[in-house]
Amino acid sequence: MSRFQGTDSYVATEDLRVAVNAAITLERPLLIKGEPGTGKTVLAREVANALGRDLIEWHIKSTTKAQQGLYEYDAVSRLRDSQLGESKVHDISNYIKRGKLWEAFEAPKPPVLLIDEIDKADIEFPNDLLLELDRMEFHVYETGQSVSAKVRPAVIITSNNEKELPDAFLRRCFFHYIRFPDPDTMAAIVEVHYPGIKKTLLSEALSMFFEVREVPGLKKKPSTSELLDWIKLLLAEDMTPGQLKERDAKNILPPLHGALLKNEQDVHMFERLAFLSRRDGR
Amino acid sequence: MFVPFFLELRKAKVPVSLMEYLTLLEVMAKGLAEYDVEKFYYLSRATLVKDERNIDKFDRVFGQVFKGLEGNLDGVESSAALIPEEWLKKLAERHLTPEEMAQIQSLGGFEKLMETLKKRLEEQKERHQGGSKWIGTAGTSPFGAYGYNPEGIRIGQDRSRHRRAVKVWDKREFKNYDDSVEIGTRTIKVALRRLRRFAREGAATELDLPGTIRATAHQGGLLDLKMRPERHNKVKVLLLLDVGGSMDDHVRLVEELFSAARGEFKHFEHFYFHNCPYEALWKDNRRREGDIVPTHQVLRTFGPDWKLVMVGDASMSPYEIAYAGGAVEHWNEEAGSVWMHRLADAYPSLAWINPVPKSSWSYTSSIGMIERLTEGRMFPLTLEGLDLAMQNLNR
Repeated sequence: MSRFQGTDSYVATEDLRVAVNAAITLERPLLIKGEPGTGKTVLAREVANALGRDLIEWHIKSTTKAQQGLYEYDAVSRLRDSQLGESKVHDISNYIKRGKLWEAFEAPKPPVLLIDEIDKADIEFPNDLLLELDRMEFHVYETGQSVSAKVRPAVIITSNNEKELPDAFLRRCFFHYIRFPDPDTMAAIVEVHYPGIKKTLLSEALSMFFEVREVPGLKKKPSTSELLDWIKLLLAEDMTPGQLKERDAKNILPPLHGALLKNEQDVHMFERLAFLSRRDGR
Repeated sequence: MFVPFFLELRKAKVPVSLMEYLTLLEVMAKGLAEYDVEKFYYLSRATLVKDERNIDKFDRVFGQVFKGLEGNLDGVESSAALIPEEWLKKLAERHLTPEEMAQIQSLGGFEKLMETLKKRLEEQKERHQGGSKWIGTAGTSPFGAYGYNPEGIRIGQDRSRHRRAVKVWDKREFKNYDDSVEIGTRTIKVALRRLRRFAREGAATELDLPGTIRATAHQGGLLDLKMRPERHNKVKVLLLLDVGGSMDDHVRLVEELFSAARGEFKHFEHFYFHNCPYEALWKDNRRREGDIVPTHQVLRTFGPDWKLVMVGDASMSPYEIAYAGGAVEHWNEEAGSVWMHRLADAYPSLAWINPVPKSSWSYTSSIGMIERLTEGRMFPLTLEGLDLAMQNLNR
């Protein structure tokens, strides 16, 4: 069995690798939590890439029902067809739409199924999927058909922690919390995304980034994805490390700060800090 | 195989079940751990812990149960001997809960700290191979220094210097996710979300499928579309915030609560008061002299369907609550308790959220008075407290 070791475009820490491999080997769902922007969703894509499997994505919204992942019975169009006298109205299976889980179960090669942001859904949502994820089979009442997975797909579930997930559900999953990377890991991540970036620029940018994160009272701390955006901008603007460093007391806001600070209150706070530091400087 | 570990986890209130334990055994049987301590640690963490709040507890138990394994990692022993101070600090950290530390800080009780530590260290003697060494050091002045100055035991300081000497689980990187320790805007938002109550309101825009089918059947098969309004969060929150004076210590926490609440509720109003609400409240803290709103007007404007959340440390002189004219800033015609009664009568769902740690509530008599005035609905400003408060408001 092939093991997940991270990919050319994704840096996986050892604990993450262990968790992913355990979930794949035991064919159980893996629940991923972590700060927004630390690469939860991307992980599924990378696991699929690394293992050479297809990826089936199911993005959850507040209105998503568990049933929609299995199948949907389009009663309205059947009703309409019956009034128009269409012939296909007699076969109910014409109106059964397959959901993502069905797709994943029927796939000839085991795919990677991503259930993204499961906490967005109704509180009962995970409970409704318990049996389906456990046994990987379900029943279609309208046609009396039973669908079961030929090969169990690898299931990766992400959560932003907006709701507590039920215990019964958690017990069936492996769990990993993606912590905010330390500076070394961060450098590795940036290197993967922007190979060949000048060492000095990188270290300058990283130290500035971690400084920004350290500022107490930030409403939204910038995360990995914001750092990557910011570095992209720095590269596009062709900033030199010197320009980046040239940040004296009168200009405490990092250059192109729009990529890092996404909240006008945070920007104001930085400006206030700048004002204070200027006053102290005199 | 790992039964003692499992039992210790349960004792430490990490919610592990038999099923998870069996999963762990299954994983081990498949040879995923590869006879490597660190891999085993990651593996058991992914299997047994399902919530980042519990990882810290897990780390502590893991460190305790698998003490003997540390020999497997080279260099730990020797480098640990070089940095006894750090280890001591870690010991203090591990054996005193944050609550205990807060208590020590508030009481200034140095003896108690020493006693607890000594007791804990003695308990450890049998299990811990290097125990005698640590206790030896613990008794001497460097530890005393930490004891005298609770600042010295502060969590998360100068730990990174010797990071390589410390095992992964001893780094306790998940400390901040533990229960009530860290409370940020995001975590507050999650807690406040408990209060959401959805109701259908507004224009009918959504297709009501069951309704449509019923109506169509009723019409004898003639399609009859039924629409219904969308669901919205209908909760209304009136927030009264104590500002100034003793609240200065809690500004950061309260600001975070405020910004979280503001983003979370569509119907949201806030007012400020000082220490105890009297006949006037104000909307903008900087213009409190000019821009006041009579409390009666607030009571009239916002009906009983609003949920009243008051945030304050309730730490003041008892006169400010009990007597007319007791207020510190102005002459109040009626006592604070009268106004508290009025608020409690006007808003059946009410909660007072107090940033002062619950353990020290009993030291301030005014906190007890306010607690009685709110009929026991005072909650600490921790995640757990917020959760309780929201549950209470939802009743």
